[in-house]
Amino acid sequence: MLKSKMGSVPFLVWSIIFIMVPLGLVLWYSFTAKDTGEFTPENIFRIGNYSSIFLKSINLALIATVICLVLAYPFAWMLSRAEAHKQGIMMMLVMLPMWMNFLLRTYGWMTLIENEGIINKMFGFIGLGPFEMINTQGAVVLGMVYNYLPFMITPLHSVMVKIDRSTIEAAQDLGAGFWQVLFRVQLPLSLPGIISGITMVFVPSVSTFIISKMLGGGSNMLIGDLIEQQFLGSTYNPYLGSAISLILMVIMLLLMGIMNAFDDDEMQGMVM
Amino acid sequence: MANSEKENALINLRGINMSYEGEKILDNLNLYIRDKEFLTLLGPSGCGKTTTLRIIGGFITPESGDVMFQGKRINDLPPHKRNINTVFQRYALFPHLNVYENVAFGLEVKKVPKDEIKKRVKKMLEIVDLKGFEHRRVTKLSGGQQQRVAIARALVNQPKVLLLDEPLGALDLKLRKEMQLELKKIQQQMEITFIYVTHDQEEAMTMSDTIIIMKDGIIQQIGSPEAIYNEPKNAFVADFIGEANIFDAMMVKDDLVSLCGKEFVCLDGGFGENKPVDVVIRPEDIELKPASEQNSDLYGVVQNVIFKGVHYEMSIQCEGLEWLVHSTRGWKIGDKVGLTLIPDAFHIMKRLYADNTNHVKAQVEDGTVSFFGQTIEGVNLSDGECVLTIPPTAIEVVSLDMADLKVYLESLIYKGVYNELIVYDYDTKLNLLVHSMNDEQVATDIGIRFDKSKITVSSAEEVQ
Repeated sequence: MLKSKMGSVPFLVWSIIFIMVPLGLVLWYSFTAKDTGEFTPENIFRIGNYSSIFLKSINLALIATVICLVLAYPFAWMLSRAEAHKQGIMMMLVMLPMWMNFLLRTYGWMTLIENEGIINKMFGFIGLGPFEMINTQGAVVLGMVYNYLPFMITPLHSVMVKIDRSTIEAAQDLGAGFWQVLFRVQLPLSLPGIISGITMVFVPSVSTFIISKMLGGGSNMLIGDLIEQQFLGSTYNPYLGSAISLILMVIMLLLMGIMNAFDDDEMQGMVM
Repeated sequence: MANSEKENALINLRGINMSYEGEKILDNLNLYIRDKEFLTLLGPSGCGKTTTLRIIGGFITPESGDVMFQGKRINDLPPHKRNINTVFQRYALFPHLNVYENVAFGLEVKKVPKDEIKKRVKKMLEIVDLKGFEHRRVTKLSGGQQQRVAIARALVNQPKVLLLDEPLGALDLKLRKEMQLELKKIQQQMEITFIYVTHDQEEAMTMSDTIIIMKDGIIQQIGSPEAIYNEPKNAFVADFIGEANIFDAMMVKDDLVSLCGKEFVCLDGGFGENKPVDVVIRPEDIELKPASEQNSDLYGVVQNVIFKGVHYEMSIQCEGLEWLVHSTRGWKIGDKVGLTLIPDAFHIMKRLYADNTNHVKAQVEDGTVSFFGQTIEGVNLSDGECVLTIPPTAIEVVSLDMADLKVYLESLIYKGVYNELIVYDYDTKLNLLVHSMNDEQVATDIGIRFDKSKITVSSAEEVQ
């Protein structure tokens, strides 16, 4: 008994230093007045002013997540049905862009979709455009999809490889056509992967600030940008910044809670 | 086989060819399946039986040939449009659904009214003895119960044909025996065709109306269990079905076979005169008497006795061969016994290698012959084609690191004193006959070494 407790000490210390203390600080800042240093719920109430930014962030992150899911699902499925050595190579190709710096990749997109960028120049050759691509919501979503797509593919793939081919064949054998196989067998069986994929794409998308800053221009400010401004910008206000972070965290926790409840409900008995 | 019967068959496979990564799995397969029969595809692993089943189920499309169902070509019909259902090897139940939902799946996708689904699922669960299990998770059931769910899930759709891919493989012996009888009962009760795949000859014998024995993608024999047991077409079938003594013998003329230097009357013919053949003698067809009575055909000494419950299984050394004999009377080790063989006991089979040796074509170049990566020098022939005669004794089975050549062991048959091996060379795609005193694992790679002094080279014309 004592021994097993001793074993968890390093983890405990680690969590206290890197999780509990910072969280406590965020909490403390959130409820502290900027000028007087006294306890106040004022910071939380002020967030109402920024509700449109919250809605926009959640909206764009949701769109990006859905696009990622729609793109990744068929890809991950085909990948999971391929031969083992091909799967390894393909997975590496999926991960390869991740080895390059995140900023660099986003800069790459900037030069591509700028008004004077490569894509518009090519359109120009055939007498089209220029199209306004950068500094739009579409560009922000594009950046999110591009950067976080591997986070959707990976969990989907790892769940899908465990789905026995004969389960799909059994469904076909029993008279299920393509869509019935998809909705009655494939999707329910890959649900754990879908849920962790959604989590892994939605969370960084909703709190990003680099992508919106670089591809969205000034008019597409997201929660991440707002928080960043409070700490690094001219409006320096870590108290408000902490409060926004706290609310964002609560929203995300709620969303994940809903997702997991859904997951448990559908998946009981999935563990063979 | 009457032609009209063939045309009226429920399923007809004609000239089916299939290969995987250059390896032939089915080689011009022809067979037909009658309505309401229990047909078993039997053979060792890799013989193509599961592939045949998957072609009938629609999960793979053959490279060439016709799959006919009730007179219609269904090669390109997807599985969900075929009136055929399958019980998969590892059940393939839907882990996210309970027992009821699993069984109801096929009816639900076909949009059968809810009341009828309820009625049919309930009745089906009664048939497979799973009443009261409706709301259990399938993952919480035992192997036998999962098996029953898989059968119910397939049969509830009232298919014309049920395909079963080694469905009892994962069950223990007692449960397997029970399920065998139950499957047979269900098949007769539902009056539908069962196509069953197994490598277990006893299982095939117990349940089938017709057995198809396959090896290396080729049908070896089709017949009732009795016909296959009593009249095996070749040494492979005889060896695979039941226990058998298989010996080298000589067909003197029709109805007369020479074995161990003695001539016996038998009931087989059509092999020609003085032709080497394989002879199969079932262990229960040999009658034993005390040697002192002096009225037997052959005499030998009991080497080993095992009590098997109903009978004793004995190994008898006789005329340099090891004979397997079943008898209700137990003899003692060392007993001198006489063996009597009635004409009915002999089953004569054509030899795969008529003259018991290998003939391989090769090229002569500057007095050197190359074969299987080996060379023989100083050959006294002009350049051009030649024939190597490699007797099976010129090939020795050795461990892979000592080998001249790595080959695949296709079959092994014990011939009473040595093992007759047929091996396959990957590069030349040729088969070789090998004799060995040791047991080897069939369907694995083994190493062989050539004794060049025993190989003779002759010009191509000489042999012709």
